[in-house]
Amino acid sequence: MNWADTGAGWSWNPVTDLQQIWAFPFMVNAFRAGTVVAVLAAVMGWFMVLRRQSFAGHTLAVVSFPGAACATLLGIGAGFGYFAFCVGGALVIAAIPRAALSGAGQSAGGQESALTGTVQAFLLACGFLFVALYKGFLGGVNSLLFGSFLGITTVQVTVLTVVAGLALGALAVIGRPLLFASVDENVAAGRGVPVRALSVVFLVLLGAATAEASQITGTLLVFALLVMPAAAAQQLTVRPALSLALAVVIAIAVTWTGLIAAYYSPYPIGFYVTTFAFAVYVLARAAHTLSTAVGRHRVVGAGAVA
Amino acid sequence: MSAFTHPYFTHALLAGTAIALAAGLVGYFLVLRAQVFTGDALSHVAFTGALAALVLGYDLRSGLFAATVLFAVVLGALGRRSRADDIVIGSLFSWILGLGVFFLTLYTTSRNTGNGTAGVNVLFGSIFGLSAGQAQLAAAVAGVICLAVLAVARPLLFASVDEAVATARRVPVRLLGLAFLVLVGACAAEATQAVGSLLLLGLLAAPAGAAQRLTDRPYHALALSAGLAVAEMWAGLALSYYVPQLPPSFAIMAVATAVYAVALVGVRRPRALIGLAEA
Repeated sequence: MNWADTGAGWSWNPVTDLQQIWAFPFMVNAFRAGTVVAVLAAVMGWFMVLRRQSFAGHTLAVVSFPGAACATLLGIGAGFGYFAFCVGGALVIAAIPRAALSGAGQSAGGQESALTGTVQAFLLACGFLFVALYKGFLGGVNSLLFGSFLGITTVQVTVLTVVAGLALGALAVIGRPLLFASVDENVAAGRGVPVRALSVVFLVLLGAATAEASQITGTLLVFALLVMPAAAAQQLTVRPALSLALAVVIAIAVTWTGLIAAYYSPYPIGFYVTTFAFAVYVLARAAHTLSTAVGRHRVVGAGAVA
Repeated sequence: MSAFTHPYFTHALLAGTAIALAAGLVGYFLVLRAQVFTGDALSHVAFTGALAALVLGYDLRSGLFAATVLFAVVLGALGRRSRADDIVIGSLFSWILGLGVFFLTLYTTSRNTGNGTAGVNVLFGSIFGLSAGQAQLAAAVAGVICLAVLAVARPLLFASVDEAVATARRVPVRLLGLAFLVLVGACAAEATQAVGSLLLLGLLAAPAGAAQRLTDRPYHALALSAGLAVAEMWAGLALSYYVPQLPPSFAIMAVATAVYAVALVGVRRPRALIGLAEA
């Protein structure tokens, strides 16, 4: 797995290092795919964090595992399985709660999360069943769950780019009302914004995004790319457009450094991506805490002077 | 009933029953307090704990319990009042999962003698692989968890249903919340041995969700949740025994999901719901 063995090691000269990495076509594809996935995941994750739907997002991310396992069992391309299961899971999560829990009072939140959790566990169990039925597949489980950036073909990159373009285009169309509905659902509903339909469309888009991203980062680590850049960006600034852009930049930076680190060491990319993203998040929180403390100090100081 | 002549089956039945009982009791409060996402996070932490213990050469179970209980205490210390909580939990556990991947690589590459399926076993469970000693220990620990939940059930119920009033009545709400999280952590570590870290969420959420759907009265729902969990565990084990193609973890999850689906779709509840506080 240590690809640096085939060439020169890390030289502390970014230009020659990148040239050396990009001498391998599969690494170029990995960077292309990683960038596409990072942009899409950051944008979707930004809305997910804003809407407090991280449990649903995590469930959708996890659902791609049975999708890939089922596709492998049936002998069709894993990409189809990813998309079918993720979008299907999004529809189930979007459709059932309100329909079945109509009139539910205080325990509605608990019931909804119980349902989401059950869907997640059942679909994961299905994935395990598919794996068990498809004997000799066990070695592939780890790369399905934890991702692999090797062996991404140019066709895959094209598909990823097209799907990401479609998803981002759809999000751009519904972006403004979705932002409104996410920030204040009741007022938006009062103004005639179709809150419910928006929520369904958003979940489907989130499903498509997780289906994309799981092909690179693996099922279990998509969530890191969804939640952490967005959470870090929202800690740093409250302005929507700026924090959205910041989330994309953080996601791309984390993915690229993760790819480079994984190239030069024997450890998997998932570990690096989550660790770098978490470091950025912790730094962002620390900066936020520091700036509010300084701001409060200034206000108190000004008050004392006045 | 030739199944009982196989020692592996009786071990699985003993451990499975105790674990399901604990998961049903803990799961009820988890759903009531809308903390299912916390259970989800703990289940991933369990994976990292188990693999870290394997890499360091300790018993897998000590890693499980250490990681889940520690994570539960950290979550309790972070508090559950601020709105940012879901995001904090999500960021923290996805990083811990990343660490788990690191340990998995370390384990599979550094130990040539180690079994390559250890990671898969932790993730998806291997209840039919328990030895007599492991099963008895698991049952004993699950029994302690059950007793602890029952001991704090009354104040915990009060604190979960109406936190403000409970605080005013001098119920130690924060301490109870922390103790409950530790119990959830211990329960997650237990359930990992039965159905695996990825699937334990179903064992926590599905029976409790179904029980809350079927009755409004808290103690009935608590008992029903535990009863359903045990029944689902038995049915799953039997199903898996008679249809060997089905892995036991899948069979248990399938039964649990089916029961929950029936409860969700089949039971029509009156629109005006009697709140829990009045029951």
